[in-house]
Amino acid sequence: MPVDTVPDVVQQVARESHGRLLAYLSVQTRDVARAEDALSEAFLAALRTWSRDGIPESPAAWLLTTARRQLRDASRGETRQRSHLEALSHMLSTVPEREIDELPDERLRLMLACAHEALAPDVHAPLMLQAVLGLDAETIARAYLVSPATMSQRLVRAKLRLRTAGISFDFPEPQRLSQRLSSVLDAIYTAFSSGWDAGLETSHRLGGLADEAVWLARLVVRLLPDEPEPLGLLAMLLFAQARRPARRDARGRFVPLLDQDVRQWDAGLIEEADRLLAFAATLGRPARFQLEAAIQSCHSDRRRTGAVPWPHLVGLYDGLIALAPSLGALVGRAAAIGQWRGAELALEALDRLDPQVRDQYQPYWSTRAHFLAELGDHAAAVAAYRRAQALTEDPSVRDFLQERAAAIESPGGSAR
Amino acid sequence: MKFAMLIHEPASEFAKRQGPEAGAYWAGWMAYSEALRTSGAMVGGAGLEPPDAATTLRLADGKRQIHDGPFADSKEQLGGFYLLDVPSLDVALDWAARCPGAPTGSIEIRPLLPPPPQAT
Repeated sequence: MPVDTVPDVVQQVARESHGRLLAYLSVQTRDVARAEDALSEAFLAALRTWSRDGIPESPAAWLLTTARRQLRDASRGETRQRSHLEALSHMLSTVPEREIDELPDERLRLMLACAHEALAPDVHAPLMLQAVLGLDAETIARAYLVSPATMSQRLVRAKLRLRTAGISFDFPEPQRLSQRLSSVLDAIYTAFSSGWDAGLETSHRLGGLADEAVWLARLVVRLLPDEPEPLGLLAMLLFAQARRPARRDARGRFVPLLDQDVRQWDAGLIEEADRLLAFAATLGRPARFQLEAAIQSCHSDRRRTGAVPWPHLVGLYDGLIALAPSLGALVGRAAAIGQWRGAELALEALDRLDPQVRDQYQPYWSTRAHFLAELGDHAAAVAAYRRAQALTEDPSVRDFLQERAAAIESPGGSAR
Repeated sequence: MKFAMLIHEPASEFAKRQGPEAGAYWAGWMAYSEALRTSGAMVGGAGLEPPDAATTLRLADGKRQIHDGPFADSKEQLGGFYLLDVPSLDVALDWAARCPGAPTGSIEIRPLLPPPPQAT
């Protein structure tokens, strides 16, 4: 094989096996930072030696062996000794070299540790993205709109805590699994939204992590095929992905859900999501993500039937609010009620929300503005659109709200 | 895995140790300690006299500086500690959540350092 393909091979192996190898080494050493160092040393060694000696038959196995040797050497020369390193070094030398596919897949254990409640919630997703997907701090920082230095510091701190705080890498006991799993799913969801929001800024994903989040969700589904909530999360993400092409018009302007051209939705993704959700339902344990996905499924129905089943949607919101009463769900429910039974009832529902929290929430104001305009209360609608505008970070959404307000203000405008 | 569970209590909790609420206060702690002991999770621990019983020493240039009271003046003060031996942090957190001090104060959980390395 020509020498110049070595970096390509290394990159390919990195993409395919980084997570597997790191998870395995992390669970063995209970030290993600150390495992990462050893693995990146192994990748560097690969770049050096493969171009000289040729690419090994099983690149991943070669990397694992090299990383293990690194760990062993590091623990030998370590003055800051910790008792289990001795045992570890023995164990590592006795584990026979194996093909990567024969290694136990420890990525779920790694993800569970990354999303442990003893770590700050805002680091769960970044840690997972780095540990399982091998993303660097800079890429993650871009998606989370913080400086690379800040993100890198957060990650270092979290990895230190993973080692010192007593967080277990063991698979949780059955009674703990659903709670531990839900923080993994939450983290994947925040990774998805971060990519989503950042993706709004440009027509193409720049530093967006939505695809990576979908990949992680698929992984959890594969590793825990009979847990309904991972299925619900994956379905929800796929519904959102399916609509992505329709979220912008040809000029890059924001298009709200109900105005989107359903022909631009990805039918394949919607069908897959519906299938996943249907299977989740057979497991008989409805919970938050399944309900959120079912809500998205209702909206996606418009592609097939031309209409959103509003009463059904309100019922789903009721279920979701009973489980997890978020402001987003309450506003969503009010909007669905308005579509089903008229603007007055939507405004009534919005009025009942706690002013303390709703006043800082952009969708509250844009939903309110929409129904005020429908009732012909133009002055109040414009004022509400202005409030919504002031709470929006996304420039294209801001433009959209601005246009809506302008359309109401100038008679003959095309207010919906 | 061994953990120290440090119980930080506000002044209002220390105050309950005497007076009309003392019965309920101590009953809670006795029951909790008993549950910890019988579960096998507890390997040690003690309650501490209130912070005003503390004496704090610093050695500055070889000279003793002693002041009455705890080392830091904060809203919550160490009121006692347990030493646990449990399979994981999760189990330690479960015990912390059941602690009578949890609703009013804060329960800090710290792994004990592993035994020092043997000299070779």
